[in-house]
Amino acid sequence: MPKTMIEFKNVTFRYNAQAEPTLKNINLQINEGEKVLVVGPSGSGKSTLGNLINGIIPENFRGDLSGEIYIDGKDAKDMSIFDTSLKVGTLLQNSNDQFVGLTVAEDIAFGMENDCFDNPTMRAKVNQWSNKLSINNLLKQAPNNLSGGQKQRTGLAGLLVDDSPILLLDEPLAALDPMAGHESIQLLQDLHNELKNTIVIIEHRLEESLTQDIDKIVLMDDGEIVGIYHPAELLKKNILNKYGIREPLYIEALKKMGVSLNTLNEIDSVEKVNGPEVADRIKKVSANVKPISNYNDSDDILSIKKLSFSYGKKEIFDNLNVDIQKGDMVSLVGKNGVGKTTLSKLIVGFLTPNAGEIKFNGESLLNKSIKERADDIGYIMQDPDKMISKVMIYDEVALGLKLRHYPKAQIKAKVNHALKICNLYPFRNWPISALSYGQKKRLTIASMLVLSPKLLILDEPTAGQDYYHYTEIMNFLRKLNHEQALTMIFITHDMHLMAEYSTRTLVIGDHNILRDNTPAKVLDDEQLLAKANLRRTSLSILAKRFNVKYNDFSNYLIGKERDNQYEQ
Amino acid sequence: MNSNLFGYDHNNTWVHQLTGTSKLIFFILVSIIAMISYDYRFIILVLLLSIFAFKQSQIKWVQIKFVVKLIFIFAVLNLVMVFVFSPNHGAALYGTRHVLINLGYFTITKEQLFYELNLGLKYLVTVPISLIFLITTNPSEFSASLNKIGVSYRLSYSLSLSLRYIPDVQNDFKEISLAQQARGYEISKKGKLFSRLKGTTQILIPLILSSLDKIQTISQAMELRRFGKNKHRTWYMNRNFNKKDYSIILLSIFIVILGILFMKMDGGRFYNPFI
Amino acid sequence: MHRKKLSVQSVVAIGIGTAILFLLKRYVSIPSGIPNTNIDTSYGFLGFISIMFGPIVGFFVGFFGHSLSDFTQFGAPWWTWVFTTGFIGFAIGLLKRYIVLADGKIGLKKLVVYNIYQIFINIIGWVLLAPTGDVLIYSEPSNKVYLQGIISAITNSISTGVIGTILLVMYASTKVEKGSLKKE
Repeated sequence: MPKTMIEFKNVTFRYNAQAEPTLKNINLQINEGEKVLVVGPSGSGKSTLGNLINGIIPENFRGDLSGEIYIDGKDAKDMSIFDTSLKVGTLLQNSNDQFVGLTVAEDIAFGMENDCFDNPTMRAKVNQWSNKLSINNLLKQAPNNLSGGQKQRTGLAGLLVDDSPILLLDEPLAALDPMAGHESIQLLQDLHNELKNTIVIIEHRLEESLTQDIDKIVLMDDGEIVGIYHPAELLKKNILNKYGIREPLYIEALKKMGVSLNTLNEIDSVEKVNGPEVADRIKKVSANVKPISNYNDSDDILSIKKLSFSYGKKEIFDNLNVDIQKGDMVSLVGKNGVGKTTLSKLIVGFLTPNAGEIKFNGESLLNKSIKERADDIGYIMQDPDKMISKVMIYDEVALGLKLRHYPKAQIKAKVNHALKICNLYPFRNWPISALSYGQKKRLTIASMLVLSPKLLILDEPTAGQDYYHYTEIMNFLRKLNHEQALTMIFITHDMHLMAEYSTRTLVIGDHNILRDNTPAKVLDDEQLLAKANLRRTSLSILAKRFNVKYNDFSNYLIGKERDNQYEQ
Repeated sequence: MNSNLFGYDHNNTWVHQLTGTSKLIFFILVSIIAMISYDYRFIILVLLLSIFAFKQSQIKWVQIKFVVKLIFIFAVLNLVMVFVFSPNHGAALYGTRHVLINLGYFTITKEQLFYELNLGLKYLVTVPISLIFLITTNPSEFSASLNKIGVSYRLSYSLSLSLRYIPDVQNDFKEISLAQQARGYEISKKGKLFSRLKGTTQILIPLILSSLDKIQTISQAMELRRFGKNKHRTWYMNRNFNKKDYSIILLSIFIVILGILFMKMDGGRFYNPFI
Repeated sequence: MHRKKLSVQSVVAIGIGTAILFLLKRYVSIPSGIPNTNIDTSYGFLGFISIMFGPIVGFFVGFFGHSLSDFTQFGAPWWTWVFTTGFIGFAIGLLKRYIVLADGKIGLKKLVVYNIYQIFINIIGWVLLAPTGDVLIYSEPSNKVYLQGIISAITNSISTGVIGTILLVMYASTKVEKGSLKKE
């Protein structure tokens, strides 16, 4: 019989600050060598579950805990957070904040330093694991010279030096671009195959984290375990959307085509999935699709000519040219650090180009201040907490108008209008701290909308959101685009978001725009995707397997999706 | 900006090869004795010695040009201010009064000039020592060195954390303040003092409140890797002493003794050539 | 005697606090209107962080932050003033127990006490400690250093007062109970 590594018996936990328990009557058993995925929407209690496994609760959060927890056969009550950490290595969601060393080598050695290892041992182990994770050439680098994936590998190496039998990963995909995320999941699979350790991954991005070696998926909702399933079993149950988890894209597509999930074999792998109806259906739906026209012949709203920019000696853009038309919904994609955010910052005036011209509605922006540009162009940063500076919702939205000396009555009318558009009007007298992350995001959008911008630039509008909030935010943006005729540019790593919500894609490469085309055309070009560190979606894998044109296939699906939405 | 905040420049001179600990001991001991002594002969001796070490460590003028100019301006300004406020301070200090030029309140005395010469040298003397320390010591060694000379490892690590997160906080601050400028805030010199203060604080609020969350996350990350488990911890960047390190520590002790001898000779902190 | 160890949270608070204090000191000062006299925003932050984390964190944030700033600006710290900044953090941190931010309630009375106390502490620090140190160690003339001290006491109490108060109020307001809110 396999050894039980993690065991929860009737565990209920309530944080002191809250009235209701966050976890209710949890029973869970994870065996040695198993790889387990814990999925659930925000607020489902999955992070709290993780914190009980690694001992952060009760060490750092006070609350009522009942039931029993055993880690590697030991009662968690008798273990300090230090004891637990030798059993469970935890990779936190934010690998930048977990990186506490001044260099890669020091960070890998951090745990060993605390265990008082001598220097030769530390050096040997740092070399061993940095070689294994291919970061041995980065040992002397400081964290701000590293990519998200490299920081995560450093964090992982720092855990692996402990030889702890359990690895716990909290949303390992959250901060990575699609390619780096894919590599990270592959790396975990390789490590699992080799080390046979127990791995628990907490993620809401099911599709990206689904690999063939996953033994079970724990689905959580509202503090309870809905069920524990084998991946194939869970996918066939067709319940994911109900619990705010995005189904893998290929499953969604098969459903839309009317394929019954119960007839499918190997449903948990897009490379292998098949069934009696599949081939026929795919060929049929791709055969006569009316092309979706994304062609936009409106006037240019933004026009960038011969733009060059560099950070010191590091050249970012060289002679970049692009025009954006009124009403466009543009997605800006490319690998991390290639300059997507830099381009946005050049447009809003946070940075100044070395050469070139940026025109807005025919007028040059370059002589305008940041504040003047903000009258026309709203820039929404990825993290709403970096933008919010007021206590109350109303004041936050009113701020830009107050600082531009609008009369009081006009401010009130404009603020209320913006709050209504963003569905925040009922909360107008609330303190901002009471809002959820998604609501805060809408708040930052509302505080831009009051200035009546003609163009919105959004940096990763859905980063870190579960499917429910993702859909909520993106549908809201689409509505703004339609109803307010607002032009939008959003930076994203999510290929599906690009395909579903944008009308045009700019792929940024080293120093310039690599491609300017429709999302479907971009997704069809494998070489381009590889060059930009993007990943094919599972749809294009499916299309290729069944020999249909991706463009037709995806047009059918997107057309269907849009029909659904207008019906609603 | 990265870990290079203090201008650390990788090189391989004997000064660079010394461990951070021995350089820290040298820096502390010599700074203290130079701060106490008011004998220009001793201070010039220390100054010459540190300029020699400076040459030896192959530090280039461009690396320190800015700092040195700033210090020079600061020193001159301070010396002028001392004279304006108290032109008779030197005479009071040394107990004699040799008038050079009689200008009423601003009468210039030999004592005053001598006092200000000493003061100026004192402003300058610690600068090369600390620049050598900063430029030739890998910041990764700071904490290990502090811990080695008796500062608790917890406190030593705090300093390492601040070096680690200064670039992050600085980037956050830049982004936040630009975003707030887009909202309409201005860090300008116009407007009333109170509204300027309030405006600046509004810009700082997102930075400071989000850093509180950061403190939570980082301390969890550290506990999950057993920081604070033991009474001691080892340091990956620690290096063992060799002969050169012992010699430099001996040298710093010798300088301290020399300083004390000078003070014995002078009968106090001040060397008084006027009696 | 068992010496109380610094908690991990305090270690991190000193680290991050030092980073912020350093940056504010280096880059964010506000002209006061009087030539060559700036209002140093870092003292407002120091007041806030000391109330949040107590005297030990307050001391080291002030001490480390000010030394790093001096090191990078002048090559060598001006120790008497560096030490005084540490003292300000320590002394204000002593008020943590009275203000206790965790329950989220910080009324007018607590703010008044904070402000009277911080003015008192700034006077002790800048009019008494720092100049006396300058006279003893650097043997500078007392009328010069005491005048500098008085100016610092005024500008730093303005910073500790205005900025510190705004930060405290903001922080307290983020700690509301969600149950008490209704949609309108």
